[in-house]
Amino acid sequence: MAQIGLFDVVGPIMVGPSSSHTAGAVRLGLATRRILGVDVTKAQITLHGSFAATYWGHRTDVALIAGLLGMAMDDERIPRGMELAREAGLEFSFESGDLGDVHPNSVRILAEGGGDKVVIAGASVGGGRINIFEVNGFDVSLDGTYSTLLTKHRDEPGVIAEITKVLAVHGINIAYLDVSRKTRGSEALLLAQTDDRIPDLALQHVQRIPGVIVVRKLPRF
Amino acid sequence: MEINSASQLLELCAERNQDIARVVAEYEAFRGNTSYEEVREQMRETLRVMRASVENGMQDKGERTHIITGYGHQFQQGCNEGKVLGGSLLQNVVLYALAVGQHNAGVGRIVACPTAGACGVVPGAVLAVADELQSSDEELVDALFVMGGVGIVSAAQGPISGAEGGCQSECGVASSMAAGAVVYLMGGSGEQIFEAASLALQSHLGLVCDPLASLVEVPCVTRNATSATTAIVAANMVMAGIPGVIPYDETVVAMKQIGKSMPESLRETSKGGLAASPTGRRLYKELLDKHSL
Repeated sequence: MAQIGLFDVVGPIMVGPSSSHTAGAVRLGLATRRILGVDVTKAQITLHGSFAATYWGHRTDVALIAGLLGMAMDDERIPRGMELAREAGLEFSFESGDLGDVHPNSVRILAEGGGDKVVIAGASVGGGRINIFEVNGFDVSLDGTYSTLLTKHRDEPGVIAEITKVLAVHGINIAYLDVSRKTRGSEALLLAQTDDRIPDLALQHVQRIPGVIVVRKLPRF
Repeated sequence: MEINSASQLLELCAERNQDIARVVAEYEAFRGNTSYEEVREQMRETLRVMRASVENGMQDKGERTHIITGYGHQFQQGCNEGKVLGGSLLQNVVLYALAVGQHNAGVGRIVACPTAGACGVVPGAVLAVADELQSSDEELVDALFVMGGVGIVSAAQGPISGAEGGCQSECGVASSMAAGAVVYLMGGSGEQIFEAASLALQSHLGLVCDPLASLVEVPCVTRNATSATTAIVAANMVMAGIPGVIPYDETVVAMKQIGKSMPESLRETSKGGLAASPTGRRLYKELLDKHSL
């Protein structure tokens, strides 16, 4: 049985009113910002299920925007998210939509910035915990509790072995490894959730591996 | 080192010859691979955020809430104008709980304890009792460890969310956590801590989660205040020698089973109970019309 953490029941410290509809939403926005890797300048947000029905009561919309601006779930600037987005030049739109057979508190976010864009879909699964289940059309499972290495790479023999070798050389233990692709030989995505923090040097080494197109590290959020 | 039940926690205390506060803090240091002092510092920060949420909540006049209107502020005015009964302890318990509940509903920074919806219960009971007893901050930090211990054994054996167990598993568990901390501040034993926790939870069994319009406002915020007062009543009864009768672990299991037999409409779906009352439905419709995407 997993042991209950003291600060899971005496916490988290968060901005209200709802751990699932507010705190979890901030984290989903922040995860998107981290995956994009630069400031978000444009966001198209699709709210599904309970998120679409009750977003206004729990400030799910404001919370998502605050997260996209880089705020954590206990940031007291969260209520001013919309105003701060305008100041930061973040353009955004919301719509309600059906994301299929997914958790009722789900959202899809198309975020653009620095000439790049990312599409993520994720759910707030309760108590502020989240699960990102899609990144750029790839099926993943990411909850933000681990340091994570993300790569976009060519689907060729040996690329994944080289990436995991770099982590091994830096003494980084992989807790969970997700690899997915759309078709054979196309672009693929790797998510390595690790027990140890990933140093910048490891990131540079991964970047130099032939076949690796994009590499990012996502600190815990 | 594991804590899965109240009986196991009390055995650990006996084995180690330490009180619940110390054992819970050591447990967390072990579990989180950190030090006792670091865990203590994190709890000090938690206490600071709780206190700030009381202060901020008393200023909140309801600018960001949909139905409720600055309940902490209003209650404080009522106290100042001599309109309410009860001594300073009872007044402060209600005032602090309302203030924090209001602050949470108004997009303020709070400590979820054990959930955001029940975040006013523990500060209401524990901070007001600490004022009354003039407890030091370090005593309060220990009381929060005790409160966390009650929370851990609750979460290990039962649901801690309205969606799974109804309000008994949010305000009910918060009330039992608060009752344990209050007994600790009053100088009670480890056994008495869990007797008071049991009595507090017993008074919440069967309580459904039926918030209006899916908000954390009605009946949540006023219920935070009544659940906080229940914690004090439970602690007082136990300190006077009235027994809990049913051990806390068994009360939590009863709470879990009651939650399982609760229909979905009464578990945070806003489909039954007060949410389905004519007034509840009217308020929901008005808010929906105002906010539809």
